[in-house]
Amino acid sequence: MTVASKIAADPRLDGLTVPAGGWPTAARSSALMRLQTMGLPVKRDEYWRYTDPSALVCEAPLPCDPLQTSTPIFGTVDKTRLVFVDGVFDADQSDAPELAGVEITRLFEVNDLDLHWAQGLYGKLEEAGQSPVARPLAALNTAQATEGMLVRVTGKPEKPLHISYRQSSKTSEAILHHVIKVEAGAELTLLETGTPGARSNVVLEVDIADGGTLHHVRPQGRAHGRHVATHLFARVATEATLKSFTLSLNGQLTRNEIVTEIVGDDAAVHVGGACVGDGDAFHHDDTVFITHDAVNCESRQVFKKVLRNGATGVFQGKILVKAGAQKTDGYQISQALLLDGDSQFLAKPELEIYADDVACSHGSTSGAIDEDAMFYLRSRGVPEKEAQNLLVIAFLGEALDEIENEDLAADLQSRLEAWFSRHST
Amino acid sequence: MSLEEVVDNVKEGVDQDTVDAVREVGGKYKYGWETEIEMDYAPKGLSEDIVRLISEKNGEPEWMLEWRLEAYARWVKMTEPTWAMVHYPQIDFQDLYYYASPKSMAEKPKSLDDVDPKLLETYKKLGIPLKEQMILAGVEGAEELTEAPRKVAVDAVFDSVSVGTTFQAELKSKGVIFCSISEAIKEHPELVKKYLGSVVPQSDNFYATLNSAVFSDGSFVYIPPGVRCPMELSTYFRINAENTGQFERTLIIADKESYVSYLEGCTAPMRDTNQLHAAVVELVLLEDAEIKYSTVQNWYPGDEEGKGGIYNFVTKRADCRGDRSKVMWTQVETGSAVTWKYPSCILRGDDSQGEFYSIAIANHFQQADTGTKMIHLGKRTKSRIVSKGISAGKAQNTYRGLVSMHPKAKDSRNYTQCDSLLIGDKCGAHTVPYIEVKNNSSRVEHEATTSKVDDDQVFYCRQRGMDEEAAVALIVNGFAKEVLQALPMEFAMEAQQLVAISLEGSVG
Repeated sequence: MTVASKIAADPRLDGLTVPAGGWPTAARSSALMRLQTMGLPVKRDEYWRYTDPSALVCEAPLPCDPLQTSTPIFGTVDKTRLVFVDGVFDADQSDAPELAGVEITRLFEVNDLDLHWAQGLYGKLEEAGQSPVARPLAALNTAQATEGMLVRVTGKPEKPLHISYRQSSKTSEAILHHVIKVEAGAELTLLETGTPGARSNVVLEVDIADGGTLHHVRPQGRAHGRHVATHLFARVATEATLKSFTLSLNGQLTRNEIVTEIVGDDAAVHVGGACVGDGDAFHHDDTVFITHDAVNCESRQVFKKVLRNGATGVFQGKILVKAGAQKTDGYQISQALLLDGDSQFLAKPELEIYADDVACSHGSTSGAIDEDAMFYLRSRGVPEKEAQNLLVIAFLGEALDEIENEDLAADLQSRLEAWFSRHST
Repeated sequence: MSLEEVVDNVKEGVDQDTVDAVREVGGKYKYGWETEIEMDYAPKGLSEDIVRLISEKNGEPEWMLEWRLEAYARWVKMTEPTWAMVHYPQIDFQDLYYYASPKSMAEKPKSLDDVDPKLLETYKKLGIPLKEQMILAGVEGAEELTEAPRKVAVDAVFDSVSVGTTFQAELKSKGVIFCSISEAIKEHPELVKKYLGSVVPQSDNFYATLNSAVFSDGSFVYIPPGVRCPMELSTYFRINAENTGQFERTLIIADKESYVSYLEGCTAPMRDTNQLHAAVVELVLLEDAEIKYSTVQNWYPGDEEGKGGIYNFVTKRADCRGDRSKVMWTQVETGSAVTWKYPSCILRGDDSQGEFYSIAIANHFQQADTGTKMIHLGKRTKSRIVSKGISAGKAQNTYRGLVSMHPKAKDSRNYTQCDSLLIGDKCGAHTVPYIEVKNNSSRVEHEATTSKVDDDQVFYCRQRGMDEEAAVALIVNGFAKEVLQALPMEFAMEAQQLVAISLEGSVG
């Protein structure tokens, strides 16, 4: 459905105004106008074919009990931590926002601070990402967000920046908008963890200049009843690198959109995700759109899902190679392991290619645990549950391999193992 | 871009034969001539009166007219689909003729001997034999065969009417019914009533609904239980008249334990204006039945500047109702300016099988959006999809498909392979698969590549001492044959003439 053919006046947007506060106000107003022309998503939209957006756009968030006990994630990793509780920055729980080679500004306090680098980016990558497919929740975010971090990376900080979300209220709604600018040759590892709110809408705009690198590792919150929509908009310049990995365990509804445009030659984008879904309330959707608009670039998408007890996994991935983007190497794999007969996997892996000297491929598979592998383990005396867990973790491990930092990967791996040993069926 | 430029832009690694093959296919259209014959037209435009007129011309019973009117009433409320990756100017549905028949067909000829010689000449020129003793052209050396030549029964459709059907008597002796659908409506109303619209309902989609209202002719096949159809059946569609839409309807019913192989071919004259072809094909398979349905689609594709050509908007679907039934769609798509076609299989019976083999070649300004749907409903159902797309010039070639495993389709299996080859840097190749898996005992595998030739395979061959050219030829040879070999022999000949033998040397 084209944007124009949609009813312009979505009644759900009546009376929506933008929060005032410094230079972002103009960007918010323009996002609201975009949103009003596209309307909020509905189930019959082609882009929402496999995921019902109603819980993400209904008036009030559905209540979600905050997760009580949890060992702190990446506890052994030295990092600078910024904490948001129910979508609001909490300075007391956070480290001092200081990290050598990084400038950090809280969106809420930006007012008329002269941040020319952020002013040129805020809402701009989101706007560029609205074509060819409308992403109304991202426009809603730009229009409404007052919290988030504006991060400019000029050097190579020795430790990761950690944005940590916590939920305390059962009905909290978190709208967060972060902007990350990685300057030429700079490098940052960004950790994003936890549940921002009962319902959350998080946008990350990432601009990586020539030769810059961003590692993004995102274990999402495990609160069972949470609903979350995230968008990662990235623009990647010459010889720059973006690596983003997301782990999702539990959570009622997750829609992670990654929209990346490669604009400089010899750049690389790797995005990956592992998800474990348990129960028929669980719905997890990875929607990826990678545009190649430069020569000799590489993109990789590796997404794995393990689903059981009626869980639903969705993958919509697209590689668009524009005319002239020769020597593109595009790879995409989406795989689901269905542990029982009630779970489902819905996939739409797309290629759209306008250049001839390219090697692009995608693969998608879905099925149960390999009986031969199971037999092999059982015949060597491994108990059934244990054998199943081993195979499941090995399956997810191929996605975890996408994380470059071994400590971070090991932490997530041990979490997965612990989860499966606790939740063996 | 001219063809020469395309050729200049061909990158290393693409076999020269491929380039020649594509040039052959797109460069000159062999069937672009027109038969000068006096025609009888219905007034231009579409209305309830036109629907009534078509029904009257065909001498249809009341129930058929009502069925058509019902479809028409639905159609006026529908909007044209725009989701396909094809672009063309809005079609003015009131600026078309919905019925065109040679004047000489006003009185249905009693036998082929009575058919207007001009029409017979037309089919002769197309290489379609309407004399029963003749064998299908293109089968070299067949005359020298010691055994009796293979027979192919033909139903020839010219614009809106069926000109004649061969071998009807011989088929009848086996209980096989092969005739035009207009004849079937009169002669076998019980079968038509039972099955027409049961696979592609009137409300299915915009073009299928339009077809349901205005279809003028097409073929009807019924194979009785336990009968293996003694010869291949085929329909040859020819659009001749200008500004005419062709809306044919084909219905094939394979009763229990029967088998039929059906071929379909189509051509049209070269014209500057676009013409609409919106067909519906329904296949019904009962227990243990098998249908092989092969198409060589060679409608006029338009000229090198993208002027003219057929809009080919077709709905084809097979319903494997019976257990262990099997359907196989094979298509070679080289023609049409715009193609919108998804031959599908509903695998309802347990252990039923669906296969789809396709080669789609798009050159110049052609646009093809084609693929298949495999709907697995029964237990242990199997499907296989092999699609090869080749784009050249400024053409756009899209594979669009759906594989759906319903919760009850336990232990089912799908394998999909779609490969695209690009020749030149102004064309596009796209893949849009939908995969919906709702049970865990089924296995679904989907692979798609867009490239020239798989480097690993070339490497393997090179290691064994072959030069690159020979390696590419070898790899592609085995590869294109996967689809070509799925065609019945007679059609494989035509397809090879079309794609030229050297499709061996392209797909990778």
